[in-house]
Amino acid sequence: MYTLGIDIGSTTSKCVLLEDGNKIIATSLVVAGIGTNGGIKCMNEVLENAKVKREEIAYIIATGYGRKNFSEANGELSELSCHAKGVHFADPEVRTIIDIGGQDAKVIRLNSKGILENFLMNDKCAAGTGRFLDVMATILQVPIAEFETQARSTKEPAKISSTCTVFAESEVISQLANGSKVECVIAGICNSVASRVAGLAKRVGVKEEVFMSGGVARNGGVRDALERELQVSIKYSEHSQLMGALGAALFAYEKIGAAE
Amino acid sequence: MGEEAKPKYIPDPNSAKAKLGKIAKEHYDNLWIAKEKGEMIGWCASNFPQEIFQTLGLTVCYPENQAAAIAARGGGGRLCEVAEGEGYSNDICAYARISIAYSQVKDIEEQNMPQPDYLLCCNNICNCMIKWYENLAKELNIPMILIDIPFNPDYKVSKEEIAYVKGQFLDAIRQLEEITGKKWSDEKFEEIMKISNRTSKAWLEATSFCKYNPSPLNGFDLMNHMAVAVCARGTVEAAEAFELLAKEYEESVKNGTSTFRAEEKHRIMFEGIACWPHLRFTATELKSRGINLVATIYADAFGFIYDDFDGLIEAYCNVPNAINLEHARDKRTAIVKNNKVEGLLVHVNRSCKLWSGFMYEMSRQIAEECNVPLSTFDGDQADPRNFSEAQYETRVQALTEIMEANKGVR
Ligand code: SF4
Repeated sequence: MYTLGIDIGSTTSKCVLLEDGNKIIATSLVVAGIGTNGGIKCMNEVLENAKVKREEIAYIIATGYGRKNFSEANGELSELSCHAKGVHFADPEVRTIIDIGGQDAKVIRLNSKGILENFLMNDKCAAGTGRFLDVMATILQVPIAEFETQARSTKEPAKISSTCTVFAESEVISQLANGSKVECVIAGICNSVASRVAGLAKRVGVKEEVFMSGGVARNGGVRDALERELQVSIKYSEHSQLMGALGAALFAYEKIGAAE
Repeated sequence: MGEEAKPKYIPDPNSAKAKLGKIAKEHYDNLWIAKEKGEMIGWCASNFPQEIFQTLGLTVCYPENQAAAIAARGGGGRLCEVAEGEGYSNDICAYARISIAYSQVKDIEEQNMPQPDYLLCCNNICNCMIKWYENLAKELNIPMILIDIPFNPDYKVSKEEIAYVKGQFLDAIRQLEEITGKKWSDEKFEEIMKISNRTSKAWLEATSFCKYNPSPLNGFDLMNHMAVAVCARGTVEAAEAFELLAKEYEESVKNGTSTFRAEEKHRIMFEGIACWPHLRFTATELKSRGINLVATIYADAFGFIYDDFDGLIEAYCNVPNAINLEHARDKRTAIVKNNKVEGLLVHVNRSCKLWSGFMYEMSRQIAEECNVPLSTFDGDQADPRNFSEAQYETRVQALTEIMEANKGVR
């Protein structure tokens, strides 16, 4: 039996197709989020990859900020529960998830059963989110994908003390004007995101193992900085971005199980 | 074809709701009558000792109530922008911005009230209040009386603080006699203290019905009724209306009815001021998930119980906004436990430094001690621009999912 989880975020849509609640058949990711046809595109892509027809899917759960507007879904759940569920499936030892997405940053505590215990999210401000990094990438004209190598190439990160995106922008510009090297500024930016999110994590209380999910998890510069800030090692998988969708697919399977 | 207009809901005129609504309306009507008669009108902070002007027989109104009403009726953004256009920063409390703007605009459709002849300020609410009132006093060139009740870093109110505030209380009477020509009477003061206690007791009694499971009331009702607890605490009508309200709740408990018109699946404490511009959205989102608000510190905020003059002063020193973190936490923890709260929803209020400053740490401690989940959302009690529906939905949904998981529903 197939179930599908779809996570429609602010900048991307992600799908996971699951067979019998334990086998990932296919995944997809489209760079188009809420307010676009990204959701449908993403779903069609995953179905195509798996050579599965829409009618064969028993249940669909949507999550992410676009969860309410996805008419194909049979149900919706918050991304908090879905991330907890997905990460628990991928790694049952995890008790703390740090998720940094395009729009928000969240720290999730889960119990040994993968159930959401508590969470904290950033306040209404782009600091410490993917958006902050996007803005900085544009100023520096360095693609985000290169942040990791650049940040790791220096031992002298610049000090970006401001957490406000607008202030940080002018700070970055003046650092560059004063001759700071781009890689040092990038390392500084990664540190700034990490310190902001570490603040959230400390408030929730960090319990090991710690896992990082969400788009920003791919950025090793931020991961390194977070490990230093929190003094723990942080797990991560290539599929970090798909954890919400995976959790949704798992919940979809449970839904069917409960109904049967 | 246009839709047929829905008949307007009119509550039973003998119900507490109708009586409270009438008191609130008459409060504004009476202001205009007084103004026309040439009486002086005061603008007054919500936690200023009302016993003073009730005894003197003065007519006052409350900018905070007015600002809340304006915000709830959709005028908050417009008036905030007026104040900002005058140079006031949007970091300043939106009540202050709205009130300062209103003192200049003077006529709006949402909620008018007569312009003041004097101001009664008390900073047991917050220190922003002082600057707000000072600005009004300067702009309008009218006297301002301040009773300074500073934030208390200690758990208990000291004798020294009581003496300090009492001195100011007596001086405020003297100043008001001078400004308005009215005379103080000790007998009247005794009587007002009695009525105020009676009203406060009835208010606390009515709010205490939240402890029943399910609760006979939708907690948002209290946010509306509170206006009367603020503006008419010293009147027999208010005492009677709250006594009736308590009686109605008692009946409801017996009959198994409630003003919460949904199945009560979850019970939460709502921390902070209501998000007036988005009241309907915030309340409906909770109701649609079967979440009832069964605890709010507001219930305590306007229940002033005391035995004598010193007790009165102490009560005003102990209002929720003036007490330290530990004291504030313990008050809430007691409510959470008593009312069988299952989750905390905390409004991080952009306008209000006081309600937001130690909120993170205080709510963390409450959640930990009571072992309940906690979710925060960003908002503003009167500036509509500082709120996001999507964020609110997500936070409330996640909180619900934890409460469900705790009950083994999922
Ligand atoms: S909302 Fe906060 S800042 Fe504004 S008057 Fe009330 S206590 Fe003061």
